[in-house]
Amino acid sequence: MAEHHTKQAAAPAEGKGAHLSAVPSDAERAGQAHFDEIIAKDSRIEPRDWMPEGYRKTLTRQISQHAHSEIIGMQPEANWITRAPSLKRKAILMAKVQDEAGHGLYLYSAAETLGTPRDELNDQLLSGRAKYSSIFNYPARTWADMGAIGWLVDGAAIANQVPLCRASYGPYGRAMVRVCKEESFHQRQGFEILLELANGSDQQKQMAQDAVDRFYEPSLMMFGPPDGDSPNSQQSMAWNIKRFTNDDLRQRFVGMIVEQVKVLGLTLPDPELRFDEESGQWIHKELNWDEFKAVISGNGPCNVQRLARRREAHENGAWVREAAAAYAAQQAEKVA
Amino acid sequence: MSSSNTHITEGIEDDFASFGDVTASATRVTPGNALRPEDIAVAGEGPASDAVAEYALQLGDDALILAQRLSWWISRAPEIEEDVALGNIALDQLGHARSFLIYAGKRLGKTEDELAYWREEEEFRSAHLVEQPNGDFAVTIVRQLLVAVYQNLLYTELTKSSDQTIAAVCAKAVKEVDYHRDHAIQWTLRLGRGTEESARRMRVALADLWPYVGELFADEQLHDDVGDAGVHPSTLRSAWDEEISAVLADAGLEVPQVPDAMSRGRHGEHSEHLGYLLAEMQVLARKHPGATW
Repeated sequence: MAEHHTKQAAAPAEGKGAHLSAVPSDAERAGQAHFDEIIAKDSRIEPRDWMPEGYRKTLTRQISQHAHSEIIGMQPEANWITRAPSLKRKAILMAKVQDEAGHGLYLYSAAETLGTPRDELNDQLLSGRAKYSSIFNYPARTWADMGAIGWLVDGAAIANQVPLCRASYGPYGRAMVRVCKEESFHQRQGFEILLELANGSDQQKQMAQDAVDRFYEPSLMMFGPPDGDSPNSQQSMAWNIKRFTNDDLRQRFVGMIVEQVKVLGLTLPDPELRFDEESGQWIHKELNWDEFKAVISGNGPCNVQRLARRREAHENGAWVREAAAAYAAQQAEKVA
Repeated sequence: MSSSNTHITEGIEDDFASFGDVTASATRVTPGNALRPEDIAVAGEGPASDAVAEYALQLGDDALILAQRLSWWISRAPEIEEDVALGNIALDQLGHARSFLIYAGKRLGKTEDELAYWREEEEFRSAHLVEQPNGDFAVTIVRQLLVAVYQNLLYTELTKSSDQTIAAVCAKAVKEVDYHRDHAIQWTLRLGRGTEESARRMRVALADLWPYVGELFADEQLHDDVGDAGVHPSTLRSAWDEEISAVLADAGLEVPQVPDAMSRGRHGEHSEHLGYLLAEMQVLARKHPGATW
C-alpha cells in the first residue's frame, strides 16, 4: 500500500519536470484534459486519476491541516475529562474527544492517498511547519467552554465541512460525510451543556455567558479572512474543493447561531449584529484579524503548550512504537 | 476511474438543513439494545440487602477509578490509535461504573453522581491496584492486563449472580472486558518481546504492580453476606494465575516473586494516590452544591 502511494506521488513530479521544460508530455496533456472534464462535469477525482500538482498540494495541505486540527483540538476538551461535573457528561465528553481522534485518523488516511505518508504529515505538525485551526490555541478555562466549543466551534466546523462532503476529491468528500455526522452530534452535546448551565444557578449561567463571549469572535474567524483577503479561495472554488466563499459560510453560521442563542437565553457579544434586509446579509462587528494573524503565526495563548503536549506524547511513545515495530518484524520473519 | 455522479452539489441545501440541528437530543441515543445505566435508574428494584448494595459499590468503584485513570491518556497516547483504544476502554469502564453505582444508589438513596462526587475518600471501596498512577505506557498496560483478566473472570461468574441486575450488567460488561483483556495481552506480547527497553519497562511495571494483586482475590465477610449474588474472589485466583502466567511466558516475561502489600481499599483505607484523583474528579461538582449539569 505504502509503495503504491509513493508511485502515485512520483508520477506528478515527472509531470512537473516536463512542465519546467515547457513541453507537456502527451500523457500530461491527456491527464489534464481528463481532469478538466471531470471538474467541468462536477464529478469526482479519485486517487489514481491524473491531477495537477497544485491540486494535489492544495488538498494535501488542506486535508492534513484538518487532520492536525482534530488532533490538537482534542487537548482543550481533554482538559475537562477528568473534572467533568457528572458521570454522564464525562462519558459524553470522552466519546466526543475519542471521535476527534477517529476523525484525525481518517483524514490522515485521505491525505495519504495523495502520496504523503502520515509520519511526514506528523513531522510537519510537530516541527511547527504545518498549521491547524487557530481556535484550538485558546484555552478551555471553564466547564462551560465544553459547551461553547461544541456549539460554536463544532457548529462553525459543520458549516465549513458540510459543503466539503461534495468536494471534488473523492476520499476527502467521503471522509467528510462521516465526520459531519459525528460533528453534528458534538454540536448538540455542546448546546445541551450550555442549555443546562443557562437554566442553572446564577453562577452557572454566568459561566455559560462568559464562555459564549470568549468563543464568539474566534469561532467567526474560523471561516478564514474576508473574501477580498483570501487569495487561495478562488482557485479552490474553481477546482470544486470549496463550494462557498468564507464570507458566505460565515453568513450562514451567524444566521444559525442568532436563532439558537435565543433558545439558550444567552446573548452574543456583538452590539452591532443585525440583519440587513436590503443586502440580505448579517452585519456583525469588525473581527479582530490582527489577533487572528497573531494566533495563526504562533502567538496565541496556548500555541506553545499545544505543540509541546503533542511532541511530548510522540516522544514518550517512541519506545512503544519501536517495540511494536520490532515485534512486527519478528512475526514477519517467523512467517517467512 | 471517477464515479459517474455528475453534479455532486445537487441537494447541498438539504445537507445544511440536516446537520446542525442542535435541538435534537445528543444524549438519549444509544447503539443497540444493550442495558444502559439510565435504564437501571428507572426500572426494577434496588439491591435486596445492604450487603449487595455494598458489593455493587465495590464493583462500581473499581471501574470508576480505573476509568478516571485511563481517561488521562486521551490525547497523550503513543499513537492516535491508542488514544482511541484507551479512550474506548475508559468509556466502557465508566459505563460499568455508572450501572453499578446507580444500582447501589437505589438502596442507599443516592444518585450515581452523589456517590461519585460527594463521598469522602474513606467511603470509596476501590482496590489499590486501580488507584495506581498511569506511569509510563508499560505500567498502564500491565495494570490493564492484571485488572482485565480479573474482571473477565469475575464478570463471567457474575452473569450467574442471583441478583438479576448484577447478572445483566455483567452480561454486557463481560463482552467489553474481553476486548480489554485482548488489548492488554496484545500489548504485553509486543512490549515483552519488542525491544530490550520495552521488556525492561515491562519488568519494572510488573514488579511495581504485583504487590496489589492479592487484594483483588481476598475473601471478606461481605462475600459471605451477599451469598449467590456475588463470588468469593479467592475462587478465581488459580484461573487468573494460569492465564497471566501463560501470557507472561508468551511475552518472555516472568511472574514477579514479590510479596503482597497490605491493602485494605475495600475497607476505605486507600493508597496515597486516591486523594489526588478524587480531588481532581470532584472539584467542579463540589464547587456547585445542588447544581445539575
